[in-house]
Amino acid sequence: MSHHILELRDVHFSYPDGTVALKGISFRILHGESVGLAGANGAGKTTLLMNLNGQFLPTRGTVSIGEIPLNKRTRQEIRKKVGFIFQRPNDQLFMPTVYEDVAFGPANLGFSQEQVDERVKNALEMVGCLHLSHRPPHRLSEGQKSAVAIATVMAMNPDILVMDEPASNLDPKSRRQLINLLKKFEHTKIIASHDLDLILDVCERCIIIKDGRIAADGPAEEILLNKELLDENNLELPLSKQNVFHENFRAMKALHRKD
Amino acid sequence: MHMADALLSPAVGGTFWAGTLGAIAYAAKKLRENLDDRFIPLMGVLGAFIFAGQMINFTIPGTGSSGHIGGGMLLAILLGPYAAFLVIASVLTIQALFFADGGLLALGANIWNLGIYPCFIAYPLIYRFIVRNRNTPSRITIASILSVVFGLELGALSVVLQTKISGITELPFGTFVIVMLPIHLAIGVVEGFITAGVVNYVRTLRPDIIEHVEGVKALSSSVSMKKIVIVFAIFTVLAGGIFSWFASTYPDGLEWSIEKIYGKAEIPERQTPVSEILSETQKKTAILPDYSLPSAGKGEEKPSWPSVDTITSLSGLLGGIMVLAVVVIFGIGIKVIRKLRRT
Amino acid sequence: MTFDAEFFNIGYLDNLSYKDTFVHRLDPRVKLLVSFIFIMFVVSFPKYDLSGLIPFFIYPVFLLTAGDIPLRAIAKKVLFVSPFALFVGIFNPLLDTDVLLTLFGIPISGGWISFLSIIVKFILTVSTALLLIAATSFLGLCEALERLKLPRIFVIQLLFLYRYLFVLLEETFRMLRAKDARSFGKRGSEIKTFIRLISILLVRTVERAERIYQAMLSRGFRGEIKVLKRHRLRFQDLVFVVSSIGLFYLFRNYNIVHILGEVVERSLR
Repeated sequence: MSHHILELRDVHFSYPDGTVALKGISFRILHGESVGLAGANGAGKTTLLMNLNGQFLPTRGTVSIGEIPLNKRTRQEIRKKVGFIFQRPNDQLFMPTVYEDVAFGPANLGFSQEQVDERVKNALEMVGCLHLSHRPPHRLSEGQKSAVAIATVMAMNPDILVMDEPASNLDPKSRRQLINLLKKFEHTKIIASHDLDLILDVCERCIIIKDGRIAADGPAEEILLNKELLDENNLELPLSKQNVFHENFRAMKALHRKD
Repeated sequence: MHMADALLSPAVGGTFWAGTLGAIAYAAKKLRENLDDRFIPLMGVLGAFIFAGQMINFTIPGTGSSGHIGGGMLLAILLGPYAAFLVIASVLTIQALFFADGGLLALGANIWNLGIYPCFIAYPLIYRFIVRNRNTPSRITIASILSVVFGLELGALSVVLQTKISGITELPFGTFVIVMLPIHLAIGVVEGFITAGVVNYVRTLRPDIIEHVEGVKALSSSVSMKKIVIVFAIFTVLAGGIFSWFASTYPDGLEWSIEKIYGKAEIPERQTPVSEILSETQKKTAILPDYSLPSAGKGEEKPSWPSVDTITSLSGLLGGIMVLAVVVIFGIGIKVIRKLRRT
Repeated sequence: MTFDAEFFNIGYLDNLSYKDTFVHRLDPRVKLLVSFIFIMFVVSFPKYDLSGLIPFFIYPVFLLTAGDIPLRAIAKKVLFVSPFALFVGIFNPLLDTDVLLTLFGIPISGGWISFLSIIVKFILTVSTALLLIAATSFLGLCEALERLKLPRIFVIQLLFLYRYLFVLLEETFRMLRAKDARSFGKRGSEIKTFIRLISILLVRTVERAERIYQAMLSRGFRGEIKVLKRHRLRFQDLVFVVSSIGLFYLFRNYNIVHILGEVVERSLR
């Protein structure tokens, strides 16, 4: 993998109906970094993500991926480098079987049947779903769908992984499996999530978005443990840091000691 | 108002299949010329939407009976006639396979009845004509109701004709018509009203859905009157030809093919004891004097079985029971073999 | 406003279609063709023929048993759709009263015979259609359709429909349940509510299609989708075709019931 840099310079975006969603976003992400994107609903997380792979084009400012500026002509090229994993796996698994879904990307890239086959097998193995390759997507559990959705993108060997709320529909076990999977990947990762514990677990860096602007950008451990900062941005401490459980546990232990 | 296989003759079923396949090929061709890639997922997902929508029953005010939408006109408004026709065909195909709604042979006729009339006649000639460039809610409502009713009535009439020409049921043409047409008039009014309601409401939520599609449609929906007439003329000639071909001498094409293969009306047989019984049996089942074919009715005498069959005697009954027994034993045998194989 | 329990039935047949039996492994083209030809043969019987139809039961019985498909499920569905055929067919005994034969001294009119013939044809054709899909996955059938030269856009769109059918059914179901929870049994302006519901569902559906399209673009979509060809014709397929069609032809042209009956009668004398 070459050293790709994702860079946004003063990116603005407005929807066709006039709603201004992004009001001047600038940041740089280096190869291999894993960055969490946090913010309240409507802050602009999803819009920002969609500007990264050409689903939306900035109305002002530039998005560049490894020196290639994003525009109508370079969109297709950039999509080879930026793998986008959508919030709802159902939107992403549209082929009749898992195999064909994972093969969709590489096939579109023009690889031969054997090459496609190899990529599919590798991608499915990576997410632990090789045994599901003949299943139709509607016969998968939510956790399996999430994993396969990741495989569909991995089969294209992207440099950068962009994920929108990856764990939102998962049960605790599947969520844990997803987190372990993500930690294994060496790709550059940008993950938008309400699940601040996930960001804390997987990402070294965290960017907080509020009202279409960057409110904070720094190491995840600093940002996500800063109660005041989080409050200002309509967020909360990650659940694991909220000490509720610990306090109850200590209280219970104290009770037992009295008996 | 779906046709069923059991009420169709192979000639009628086959003819409408030919027509429907031709229409599918034509619609696909026209779509390919002008296809917006967005349509590819859109068509399928809208098909699923129509399918799901059809499963919701509502009570029709004033009658107390329940109904559901067909959705053909709505699809035509959203997607244009060609794409809508393909979607309708898909929905009906899935219904035929999973719900036994109609049957595989009747599927061709069903797609014709529920797809051709709304998409290629009612939509361009009535809906588009009324709505033209001024799609105000009231125009849409009127256009909707009229086109849906027209499409449904044509479809209902087709069902009656197809059933009658097949000649399997004794249902008199007149009775059938008197029952089918008013019912579908009522259904049409309700569905037209609902279609208009949906179009108008969706326009307030997301006007681009209706207008964007209309933009694309403008290119591909130029179904001219001349073309329609030509297509129907060709179809009528074909249908008439196939009909008479089938029905003229033999009500089924099989004996025709026997004749073609062997040059005789029957397969030549060697005289063995079994074949003796065979030919004797065939001679026994003679035509009843006052029986005549309902359709092509050229008054020709059928050579022998299988035009009329009667369980004339004990032998027939015995035979029937025995055959059924064989079939059941066959089935059980397979089950046993499968069980043994698994252990 | 109710939601048909049919929703759950599609899933049931879909489930059955993934079994692994001899029948399931046959090439889908072959099953489709043989089933279609079967229906043509059955339907080609003239209206007063009843006994000729009986041997044809062997085909659905074969599919059912060799395909390990539960009889009850199929029987229930056949029963469920029978009203229309019954309604149209019942006119036969009412209108066609010329006595065609007497059985054990009881005169039976042609109308009854043709009515029974319709019923038997109905059972044969409907069960075969259901068994076809239960023994062949929908994907397999679509592959068969494409190989039989149906337009690709039509087949692709069939596949998309099927893929999102379950998703949409569930979404619709949820909407209805939410609406019912706030209706308290009142059945006011159902049509208006229905229009609202359908409109919202429509908008959501279009939005979903847009998301899917974006997902396709994100993976390099440029207009072409390939349907994977999984099956190849094997010896079993050819044997199946030839023997089935041969058998149908035999049954159509020779009244097995009569022949067997005669044989038995003769040997009894």
